[in-house]
Amino acid sequence: MTILLLLFVFVLAVFLGLELIQKVPSQLHTPLMSGTNAISGIVIVGAIATTAVGGTFSNVLAFLAIVLAAMNVFGGYLVTDRMLGMFKSGKREG
Amino acid sequence: METVFQLAYIAAAVLFILGLKMLGKPATARRGNMVSAVGMLVAVVATLLQSGIDYALVAAGLVVGGGIGAFWARRVQMTQMPETVALFNGAGGGASLLVGWAEYLGNPTQDVVTAVATVLAVLIGGVTLSGSVLAWAKLSERVSGRPVLFAGQQVVNAGLLLAALVCGVLYVVNPEGGYAFLLAAIALALALGVLAVLPIGGADMPIVISLLNSYSGVAASAAGFVIGNTVLIVSGSLVGASGLILTQIMCKAMNRSLANVLFSGFGSATKAGAQAIEGEVKPISPEDAYYILEAASSVVFVPGYGMAVAQAQHAVKELADLLEANGAEVRYAIHPVAGRMPGHMNVLLAEANVPYEQLVEPGDVNPTMESVDVALVIGANDVVNPAAKEDRSSPLYGMPIIEVDRARTTFVLKRSMNPGFSGVENPLFYKPNTRMIFGDAKAVLGQLVAEFKEAAAA
Repeated sequence: MTILLLLFVFVLAVFLGLELIQKVPSQLHTPLMSGTNAISGIVIVGAIATTAVGGTFSNVLAFLAIVLAAMNVFGGYLVTDRMLGMFKSGKREG
Repeated sequence: METVFQLAYIAAAVLFILGLKMLGKPATARRGNMVSAVGMLVAVVATLLQSGIDYALVAAGLVVGGGIGAFWARRVQMTQMPETVALFNGAGGGASLLVGWAEYLGNPTQDVVTAVATVLAVLIGGVTLSGSVLAWAKLSERVSGRPVLFAGQQVVNAGLLLAALVCGVLYVVNPEGGYAFLLAAIALALALGVLAVLPIGGADMPIVISLLNSYSGVAASAAGFVIGNTVLIVSGSLVGASGLILTQIMCKAMNRSLANVLFSGFGSATKAGAQAIEGEVKPISPEDAYYILEAASSVVFVPGYGMAVAQAQHAVKELADLLEANGAEVRYAIHPVAGRMPGHMNVLLAEANVPYEQLVEPGDVNPTMESVDVALVIGANDVVNPAAKEDRSSPLYGMPIIEVDRARTTFVLKRSMNPGFSGVENPLFYKPNTRMIFGDAKAVLGQLVAEFKEAAAA
């Protein structure tokens, strides 16, 4: 894939990101932040791919990258879910 | 087979986008988070199917990292949420740094674009890692949350940034022989992250965390350019952009520019020269406060960081229930920057089962403030400081506040007369309709609850 195409994808995704978050009520700011934080754990994909590089030191780095990224992914999603699980509407209780 | 991976990555990107959209609405937020988690699963599985992956290494990493993350996410208390998010965020930034580094070791003959992406991944990832770790330490009070300033700080920071960029350029010119420059850039980025967060005080932490969150997305995106991976680029830039928006919302809520937040060391010095404050402080006992609350038909709670520190959210809810049973209308006015991360108060009150319909924003509650019988300020200070409206010389001037000074009666629950985090005196405490209830927020609320229960029993 050419670099220009990747750049194209990047720019479009930035604009999409700006649009998606525009009008979010402030009560959801924390879960939103921790939810997007979990998504940034996508670097786990890069970390996994890096194990294919080979070389001892490179493997050590890849291993550490997977550990950190997995912390980000698992911790991020679980903590967001825990928070959102607490948000309750008064209406449901009548 | 390559086509299958790319299709899976497209599916993952769509799931992230849908998930983010659903996260923006209270009714669908929880499902949105799950949709985004499924997207992550799809992306990871697709990557695992590619050739050359060292499965033992991946499995070990997933078990260790996932275990730590999951354990932490379950164990952590809601009041510790800001530092937890900061730490997870730092981990993500660190992973981007390591990916850039490891990829270089595997293939040192990089073309220019890959070299630039590598430099960006290690620089931004490094700043995110060390900055987030310091933010975590500050928020969890392992180090002082006060801004740390020294002479020539901005010169030092600018110098570090310049040095990091120079190392980056020297590396890009000749990646194969430039390993030393890459290592130097990593070291400089780590130092820069620490020095950039040092001068930022606790009250500005929501903005810093949100900005670092944005950085971690950009770092992931840069790592995506290094390995030519679309899903990394897309998801990373989504996070980068949304983090930036959130940062902007925070800055607006404080009426300050991002540059001002990052560089001013706000609240480091007690700014003299503000208007002399007139009036006197009038303390009131919880017993007397009870009688006023008992007669109130409209009550607004204004929580702040002090409520989080005292873990008083459940006591607040208990008092609110009694007030409602007594016929009063209860609302919670939440300032966007109350607490130590965006929406901090909302999470704590949700933990205490406060329905989110009762949580209102300053713009909605201010016009009705005259009809509010009692405004109960619990551990909030700067966000209710009338100097922001009245005193042009105040550093807070222009910040939108919750105008509790216009309520019929305002109770301020506070430990002592110390000024808030900004170090700015609060004239609210001296207003004729303000009464101070000194003591630990949780204990005072407990006393008020006890008064109500006694009266009901009698």
